[in-house]
Amino acid sequence: MVKAIRYGLPVVGALMMASGSWLGLSWVPAERDMGDVARIMYVHVPAVWMMLLCSLLNFGASLWYLFKASWVADALAEAGAEISLVFGTIGVLLGSIWARPTWGVYWNWDPRLTSVTVMLVTYAGMMAARRFEEDPDRRARVSAVLGILAAASAVLVWFSVKWFNSLHQPQSSPSTTYPELVLTLRWNSFAFLFIAAWFVWERYDLALAARAGELAPPEPPPAPAQQGGAA
Amino acid sequence: MSSLAIDAVDLSRRYGTRWALARVSLRLEAGQSLLLTGHNGSGKTTLLRVLAGAVPASTGRASIFGLDLGSQRAAVREQVGLLTHSSYLYEDLSASENLLIPARLLGVVDPAARVRELLGQVGLEGRAKDAVRQFSAGMRKRLSIARMLLKEPALALFDEPFGELDPGGIQQMEVLIRQLQGRGSTVVLATHLIEQGQSLCTRRLHLSGGRTAAA
Amino acid sequence: MSARVRPGLLRSALVVLRKDLLIEWRSRARINALVFFALSTLLLFSFALGPDTRLLGRSAGGYLWLAIMFSSVLALGESFRVESENAALDGLRLLPVDARAIFLGKATGNAALLLLLSAVLVPVTLAVYDVRALEGLPRLAGVLALGCLAISAPGTVYAAIAAQSRARDVLLPLLLFPILIPALISCSKATTLVLHGDAMHELGSWTGLLIGFNVAYWSLGVLLFPSVIED
Repeated sequence: MVKAIRYGLPVVGALMMASGSWLGLSWVPAERDMGDVARIMYVHVPAVWMMLLCSLLNFGASLWYLFKASWVADALAEAGAEISLVFGTIGVLLGSIWARPTWGVYWNWDPRLTSVTVMLVTYAGMMAARRFEEDPDRRARVSAVLGILAAASAVLVWFSVKWFNSLHQPQSSPSTTYPELVLTLRWNSFAFLFIAAWFVWERYDLALAARAGELAPPEPPPAPAQQGGAA
Repeated sequence: MSSLAIDAVDLSRRYGTRWALARVSLRLEAGQSLLLTGHNGSGKTTLLRVLAGAVPASTGRASIFGLDLGSQRAAVREQVGLLTHSSYLYEDLSASENLLIPARLLGVVDPAARVRELLGQVGLEGRAKDAVRQFSAGMRKRLSIARMLLKEPALALFDEPFGELDPGGIQQMEVLIRQLQGRGSTVVLATHLIEQGQSLCTRRLHLSGGRTAAA
Repeated sequence: MSARVRPGLLRSALVVLRKDLLIEWRSRARINALVFFALSTLLLFSFALGPDTRLLGRSAGGYLWLAIMFSSVLALGESFRVESENAALDGLRLLPVDARAIFLGKATGNAALLLLLSAVLVPVTLAVYDVRALEGLPRLAGVLALGCLAISAPGTVYAAIAAQSRARDVLLPLLLFPILIPALISCSKATTLVLHGDAMHELGSWTGLLIGFNVAYWSLGVLLFPSVIED
């Protein structure tokens, strides 16, 4: 059953991605104001959502680890951070491509763009910190602390940059836009969700396997039948 | 307080792939002295650090004077003094300043007087105002002992205390350990100097590969 | 056992603070080096900008805070180097001293050192960048105080993490800079307003954000520091 889900995820995700691309590229009518260029939104937006979802996973797993240390929590935190970094980078790149014809620049200082970029740099820092720590226990503990601080940082960066004029599209809720747009966006979002879930699952497994290689067996070797010692 | 200074069962500590300490059990009555022997890497330092509450045990349990090492670590730390290779000193501060800080943090009444008394006990009263940076290895050791005595620990753990000491220093250290014993402190002494160890301690525990073994 | 009255959390923090200030005073040769480093940074920025006095004047706030931030890496690193030298931090931990008291004491000490540094940098900034504090020196002092506190709280946590790692010199700035971005934005903006006049009364919002940043990171520091230094 578990295996079915695990191998089903990428298959379903890929199929939905393919059909979603058709939906986004030809089925859905061109956006009123932005034209065909806006079609990139159907992959840009889900990518960023996956980044946020995975960073939420990292935050949750970090909190979990600090309350009750476990390798499952650490592996989930590691997977969450890395996959968040992957999707975040994709999101920023796609956004940059979208920005050039739309705003005339590849980059600007709008709140969401800046927050995401800071998040990515923060996570990259976390990954670096992990690499420099050999002791698995300390590595897990430090990563958990860094994960909590990264989440706090994300919230604060968002607020601090938001207090300015923003070039970014004002957030449009589905009810104010036409149904084809909503359907396409939702379809692609689920496609990304399945792919992201599969990535996290595989990465989590890799993390646990790496731990198994670094750690002694969970129980110390039994005491010898004949005890020497205290005279 | 319980009459058992140390009651440890299956104490184990893992560092990465290695069990530095594997299922060490030990019972030590209050006021007794234990000699801890074993090659380098046999787990002596790890055992002492676990008993001092410096690092938690990975598995197993222990209580120090009835205080549980897992859940009452702060209380355990109050009862235990640990003397290791690290001096815990601040290079830029003087000898007396280095003692005044822990004295204040421990809440010693009239810290200045107590610090003067201790410096006298270890023979450093003449160097009280000198920065630790200028001290020799032997002097640092003596200052570390004074720092430990500040706490008047009910359980005193010594990790290779005779290292870096000249014969005079070794004798002085023996005198100080005997003084502690005289005041009723329980002592665990890890050392390679078997002769000194055996003259100071009544019991012995030998470690090999993180486990108790025949000496 | 002689009489002992254990100090509470704040009292212990005060003892740790006094110790840090005493060590900083004793090692003032190192502090001098730090001040010269900060001054040269400020000068380098002005040379990089060129002789356009209007440009220099507009950028003064930002570059002042960059100089403080770069210097903070050195100051924070030094603060924990003295603790690692002879495992002194371990010694404090085992007395026992509450890890939270150690955090409060050290973070306050670091903030005080940074404030001292800023005090030296301000007259140089005013001179080299040709600006005056139009909104008054007390307001400037307030922004400096909030900013130094804001750097010190996360800085102390990250410096403790970096001190335990192999790559401590590169890890501290790598971890610290992204998280300081909201503080850097707020401090630069607030300082610029104080230097050039606050016609639209925006100073309040920026200081509000700085206060929020401080509240968040000082609380997180108290909560998370124990996990960093305790095994």
